Amino acid sequence: MDELMEFLEDLHPDIDYETCDTLIDDGILDSFDIISIISEVADMFDVTISAEYIVPENFNSAQALYDLITYLEDEG
Amino acid sequence: MQFVSYSFLLFLAVVFIIYYLVPGRFQWMVLLVASYVFYLFSGPKYLIYIMVTTFTTWLAARQIDKLKKQQADYLEENKKTLSREDKKSYKSAIKKKQRFMMLAALLFNLGILAVVKYTNFAISNINAVINLAGGQPIEFVSLILPLGISFYTFRALSYLIDVYRNTISAEKNVFKFALFVSFFPQLIQGPISRYSQLESGLFTSHHLNLKRVSFGLQRILWGYMKKMVIADRIVVGLTTMTADTAAYRGAYVLVEVFFYAIQLYADFSGGLDMAIGAGQIFGVTLPENFERPFFSKSIKEYWNRWHMTMGSWFTDYIFYPISVCKPMLNLSKWSRTHLGPVLGRRLTVYLSSFAVWLATGIWHGASWNFVFWGLSNYVVIMISQELEPLYRRFHQKFNVDGSLLYKVFQIVRTFLLMGFLRIYDCFDGVITTWRMVGSLLTTGNWNILWDGSLMQIGLSMTDYIILAAGILLMFIVSMSQRSGSVREKIHAKPYTVRFVIWTALFLAVLLTGAYGIGYDASNFIYNQF
Repeated sequence: MDELMEFLEDLHPDIDYETCDTLIDDGILDSFDIISIISEVADMFDVTISAEYIVPENFNSAQALYDLITYLEDEG
Repeated sequence: MQFVSYSFLLFLAVVFIIYYLVPGRFQWMVLLVASYVFYLFSGPKYLIYIMVTTFTTWLAARQIDKLKKQQADYLEENKKTLSREDKKSYKSAIKKKQRFMMLAALLFNLGILAVVKYTNFAISNINAVINLAGGQPIEFVSLILPLGISFYTFRALSYLIDVYRNTISAEKNVFKFALFVSFFPQLIQGPISRYSQLESGLFTSHHLNLKRVSFGLQRILWGYMKKMVIADRIVVGLTTMTADTAAYRGAYVLVEVFFYAIQLYADFSGGLDMAIGAGQIFGVTLPENFERPFFSKSIKEYWNRWHMTMGSWFTDYIFYPISVCKPMLNLSKWSRTHLGPVLGRRLTVYLSSFAVWLATGIWHGASWNFVFWGLSNYVVIMISQELEPLYRRFHQKFNVDGSLLYKVFQIVRTFLLMGFLRIYDCFDGVITTWRMVGSLLTTGNWNILWDGSLMQIGLSMTDYIILAAGILLMFIVSMSQRSGSVREKIHAKPYTVRFVIWTALFLAVLLTGAYGIGYDASNFIYNQF
């Protein structure tokens, strides 16, 4: 999780990822950011987030994203 | 059948009466029959195309769903005996079969779209090469282009992919699915709705709700205002100018940019107002397609607010799948290692965006003009993306963030940029378009803007006054929308005020709409897509 947080903070330094749960709903992350995250996640966790998982609820908060990664690791 | 016709109003009234007379469980059937009758008016030959698309996507989605159920049953029955590896390999085998079904239906239907829409475009390009080599050109083929084929094909394919992605379940009843594909208000120019957005509205029973019906009719009337008072009036001047590129050059091109931006918005969003309003009177909420796009402060924002259902379609079904496919992720990894983190991170996004904008251009029409228009958007968006840090520094240095004047500047800049890009639609050929835009700098006939020349392009002073009033009204309504639904605000007013407002709008359409006896409204621009 720390590694993921570090990357997200690098992407948008002004966002408090601990509390923000409207990253998509409020337009903080756009489609370009999402692709950057997915590429980075593939490297960090060796997990592929396919297009079917790209829905707002999976990217609205750092925790939701981390939960998705954990789920995909288990499925893996 | 055109939305702007007496026959459509009569058709809508008949369907409305039958819809609310039949028991609730039959209402969707009324809409299905009405939708096919509506399409039949466009030409009986078209029906076969929409039926084939409906049936093949429905069948493939059903097969995908059956495989999903088969997998769930198998894993449940054997959960004690199967190892993690066994489960994984079983799931992978099922996914492979599902992917095959999905791709087969997808390619088949995209193939139909490609053949009917792009065959002659391909032939014209092959002929250009043959001509250079001095050979015998290929003859063009005579193919019918079913009305709204791009819209209903995309709608059907979104359903197919969503079932494959397991975000929705497949519809068991082919006739219900046929209604989703063919629902007449959205049949010919969108919006490109998703099955999950329409399912409950289409298939649950609806009681007559006077407020909802009156809101629907008001939305239709507003659409008529945009289409008939503004779009169909301004098009007269626009056509005069674009038809004669020798006479109307230089400053006229700037006028054309303004005229076309307004015509396209009033025409397309007006048509969508009619579609959404017609859906509303049957209790079906269609997704919005515009969110005051001319108030956008950047091109990227503009594209999030213009033709939104198309934009989200391309993002969900082209941009994301391409961006996150294995080869792209590998390329991303390679580029981050070899090209550095900044460029490396962007390379795949830029490649996927290129594919999206190429597809957007081609989707809009079978000509190089549309391809160049799509790719011009791509270039402008990528440049503005790259310049974003520079913009941020500029905003901070000059403290312009939040300044009203700077916001107005950004809005005007975006409007002009989009207007100039969209002018590709107006001329015959890419080179002609470039030449015409270039003439703006070389002709020096700025005096036409005030010396009365604009009175000679088929528009009288009365037309200009009506256009100005119509555009001002659109502007006021757009401003008011920022704080909530305008119809709700009007609804909260006393009855006499409401009566005066809607009667005035009705009379405005009746008296100032661009028509006369036997008038046949211009086709909607987006019908051809």
